[in-house]
Amino acid sequence: MNLTLKIWRQANANDKGKMVDYPISNISPDMSFLEMLDVLNNELIEKGEAPVSFDHDCREGICGSCSLYINGEAHGPDRLITTCQLHMRTFKDGETITIEPWRASAFPVIKDLVVDRTAFDRIQHAGGFISVNTSGNTIDANAIPVNKQDADDAFSAATCIGCGACVASCKNSSAMLFVGAKVSQFALLPQGKVEATERVLNMVKQMDEEGFGNCTNTGACEVECPKGISLENIARMNREYLSAALKG
Amino acid sequence: MSGILNSSIGRKFAMALSALFLMIFILQHFAINILSVFSPDAFNEASHFMGTFWAVQYLLQPVLILGVIFHFVMGFVLEIRNNKARAISYAKNNGAANSSWMSRNMIWSGGFILVFLIIHFIDFWIPEINTKYIVGDMSGTLPSGEFRYHEELVHKFKDLWRVALYCVGFVFLSLHLLHGFNSAFQSIGANNKYTKGLKGFSKIYAIGVPVGFIFIAVYHFLNH
Repeated sequence: MNLTLKIWRQANANDKGKMVDYPISNISPDMSFLEMLDVLNNELIEKGEAPVSFDHDCREGICGSCSLYINGEAHGPDRLITTCQLHMRTFKDGETITIEPWRASAFPVIKDLVVDRTAFDRIQHAGGFISVNTSGNTIDANAIPVNKQDADDAFSAATCIGCGACVASCKNSSAMLFVGAKVSQFALLPQGKVEATERVLNMVKQMDEEGFGNCTNTGACEVECPKGISLENIARMNREYLSAALKG
Repeated sequence: MSGILNSSIGRKFAMALSALFLMIFILQHFAINILSVFSPDAFNEASHFMGTFWAVQYLLQPVLILGVIFHFVMGFVLEIRNNKARAISYAKNNGAANSSWMSRNMIWSGGFILVFLIIHFIDFWIPEINTKYIVGDMSGTLPSGEFRYHEELVHKFKDLWRVALYCVGFVFLSLHLLHGFNSAFQSIGANNKYTKGLKGFSKIYAIGVPVGFIFIAVYHFLNH
């Protein structure tokens, strides 16, 4: 395959940045998207140019590191995959592919296609945990019966890998699918209900402070989420938050 | 409790509540207006009741006006805040791949509805308030002694441009409701086993009510 890549290049956080065109040849349709970028980077290094920086780690759809906005969609045009699971056979020979970083004020660009997603970490620190001492007095996980549907819903919510595709896809850069999933996975289980009130209040407060936008229910996040996190989690977070705020 | 409206979810909730209130009002407005097609007398009676009953005039009307103002102001405030959340736009964004046009353009459909609403107020509401509270005529009748409401409605819809404008206004209302109706329920946390049925009902409401209003305008234009 012969392709033209239009890639966002930005030397550092303070650089203005711009789109740069890179023609690339002899790409196998069986390559993953990240392997194709590896080939490009090898060529750039051989020419003495700076390689394109992009996040990646596990390359098997688990870690949530890869974060590319490809041809106008988070993780590219395929569904329920991360960028590392995207293959070049998805594209046509001769195609121009636009590659950009996640765009959100809460996710500032560090370099090229790498963005700072520590806003998600700070939201998690605000309440995305349960305060149980597991050192020396571990209780059997099955000691408390859990409704099967609740267990399934909690597990589905817990599959969120925190990649940020929801924020990148949302026209408002809202983080509500991520926070909704993190709130839900605990709110549905008895172990999480103990701190449910303060958890949702603190996590939503942190989310707002980070500068994410307000959800307007377009549903783009659900469609683009590589793990298929449902909008039901946002509705559950809304219920949890309103109930907690009225109590407080 | 005090911080609810300062939070993103609280603002969403307030926006949804005002939307649900306005949707109930629109349905009530339609129920009375459609009477003008089938029974001018019933339309006159209902209009006179709504125009003179103290609870409607002094309680519901101010709440409605505040609700309309709140919904529009909050809509624009949220749009400005949301735009700030993405300071740099994408060079290429394929929004159509993951969301409906209606959901991505609520500010535009809402803006056109606001323009329509201003014209509608100038057309009907301001003359009505003038007659009742400035001139002081609460009788609701013409010099001939007959009720004036049906006569005034028919007179307004003799003008082709006004009818065309009203039709366009209701098309935008329909586009707005096609996303807004269901979205309001999601915002108040109602996403459950009833959601699928609610989505179906929302489509019936979002298309049926505006089409009904268009029918009323076109009916009077063609028949008078």
